[in-house]
Amino acid sequence: MLALQPPQQAPIEAPQIEYSAILPILILLGAACVGVLIEAFVSKANRWAAQVTLSLLAILGAGVAFIVYVTDNPPQRGLTTLYKTIAVDRPALFLWGTLLALGLGALLLIADRTIERGGAFVAQAGIRPGTIQDRVQAASGGMQTEVFPLTMFALSGMMVFCAANDLLTMFIALEVLSLPLYLMCGLARRRRLISQESAVKYFLLGAFASAFFLYGLALLYGYAGSVKLADIANAAAGSAASDTLLFAGFGLLVVGLLFKASVGPFHAWTPDVYQGAPTPITAFMAACTKVAAFGGILRVLTVGFESTSWEWRGVLWVVAIASMVIGAVLGLTQTDVKRMLAYSSIAHAGFLLVGALALRPEGLSGTLFYLLTYGFTTLAAFGAVSLVRDSSGEATHLSQWAGLAKRSPVLAAVFTFLLLAMAGIPLTSGFVGKFVVFSAGIQDGMTPLVVIALLASAVAAFFYLRVIVLMYFSEPAPDGPTVTVPGTFTTAAITLGVLVTLILGVVPAFALDWAGTGTFAF
Amino acid sequence: MTPTYYLLLSALLFTIGAVGVLVRRNAIVVFMCVELMLNAVNLTLVTFARINGSLDGQVMAFFVMVVAAAEVVVGLAIIMSIFRTRRTASVDDANLLKY
Repeated sequence: MLALQPPQQAPIEAPQIEYSAILPILILLGAACVGVLIEAFVSKANRWAAQVTLSLLAILGAGVAFIVYVTDNPPQRGLTTLYKTIAVDRPALFLWGTLLALGLGALLLIADRTIERGGAFVAQAGIRPGTIQDRVQAASGGMQTEVFPLTMFALSGMMVFCAANDLLTMFIALEVLSLPLYLMCGLARRRRLISQESAVKYFLLGAFASAFFLYGLALLYGYAGSVKLADIANAAAGSAASDTLLFAGFGLLVVGLLFKASVGPFHAWTPDVYQGAPTPITAFMAACTKVAAFGGILRVLTVGFESTSWEWRGVLWVVAIASMVIGAVLGLTQTDVKRMLAYSSIAHAGFLLVGALALRPEGLSGTLFYLLTYGFTTLAAFGAVSLVRDSSGEATHLSQWAGLAKRSPVLAAVFTFLLLAMAGIPLTSGFVGKFVVFSAGIQDGMTPLVVIALLASAVAAFFYLRVIVLMYFSEPAPDGPTVTVPGTFTTAAITLGVLVTLILGVVPAFALDWAGTGTFAF
Repeated sequence: MTPTYYLLLSALLFTIGAVGVLVRRNAIVVFMCVELMLNAVNLTLVTFARINGSLDGQVMAFFVMVVAAAEVVVGLAIIMSIFRTRRTASVDDANLLKY
């Protein structure tokens, strides 16, 4: 029988908080809370304007706070704050900058009301699809403006997620970023049945995956007596506890993370959710969630488990190969543009994992750079997809895209450029991204993996080129879709994505330098 | 009683939850199985707190409870919306998105 006295704890001290470092996150969270109050107190007619203004100001304000912090403190090593649970180091700052810029672009897509009257979101989510009221709401000018605070919550969760130095903080951030996304997936104005279906699928699978993450956290807590990544690394270097706990915990934890990053065999939700969700939300998920999830994976693998990499690396090799092959091969069979881009994102997740597995400074900086380039390319691509429409909403079936270059040369040229960037053609950012990631892989002795990655990107290039051929060398159908001329917001978002894709393809040095300075702080 | 039995019990509960998610048809039941998994994790955390002699695990269990409550709010809202649309909460009937 064990003695029943409570364990002794050290007296609790108030943590040191570096407010200037975490100010961007605080601004976004504050704006999200104010956004909730706006929903409660501002009249319906003024809500959209109030929410858009607030969200834009919040992201710009967070950006200013971020830039001020980076210029004042050029820390090569970084700092940790809040009891070492948040690490503000170079990789985290790079990802924060990326997330804020991508978040701004996604917010512009979300706020756009010129492509469709009232925007891409349902006017009242409570109305049953298929009823008369639903047809009225589809034509009405209102929207559920809760989307804006939800976006702010998700974005701040993502920023915490890629700076979390402690698994519990990471879990909370994971939920703060996921729960708003589950809801936003179900809020499409048109095709509400598949939108709601995608929300249910994403929610059930996401909750399932976060339970795995959490069980991994609990086992690692049992192994190391702490959930701080640095403590786990110390314990793994020399601990009497059973390695079963360590590796079972690591495996479960990584399943949760790979699910969020839509890697390999944990990708099942990705095509359905990307297709069903409103396209601005798909753009937000595809760009920002990927960045945050890989930020988390990089930190967990590098800080927490580098010393045991011999044991787990083989398994993640298999995962990376599976992801690239699934993405490239199943992408070939798709007939829907959004689903095709989803499979492309699964293949890209495999490429990113190659860089994350390299576990060396080149791998870290290469993966960060790849995330930056992929985020902007995919944001602009989904922005372009939302412009091709027919009377029932977006025309996403590939056959409807035939001959699109004759209807709108500009859109076809933009989309072609973005597809070429995804395929990794020189003078686009995709080429530089793939180059730095794969060369880091080779330097680390992963040549077979890199060869498979190159083969997979060649296969993937085929389905990108198929769309290009379809747009340029087919006759448009007489009842085909039209290309909407977008308003300021969407134009700005697509232009941002295209410009970054082009600039990082031609002069990538400055971003590579920025990604390459400094390592994780813990 | 050694604390190991509690770990075995929680592993068993987690497995039952995971199998339930995979085999059950009703979205509500699937969701309850996820909750079972989360509570199995709570038991693991509390047991390890006991074994390690620190209170961290117990505090973490509170965090997990709060997150689980937030998840219920979001999850039931989503399941309700699809139930109102289709008059069924079966996950097999939600089959518009495939391949």
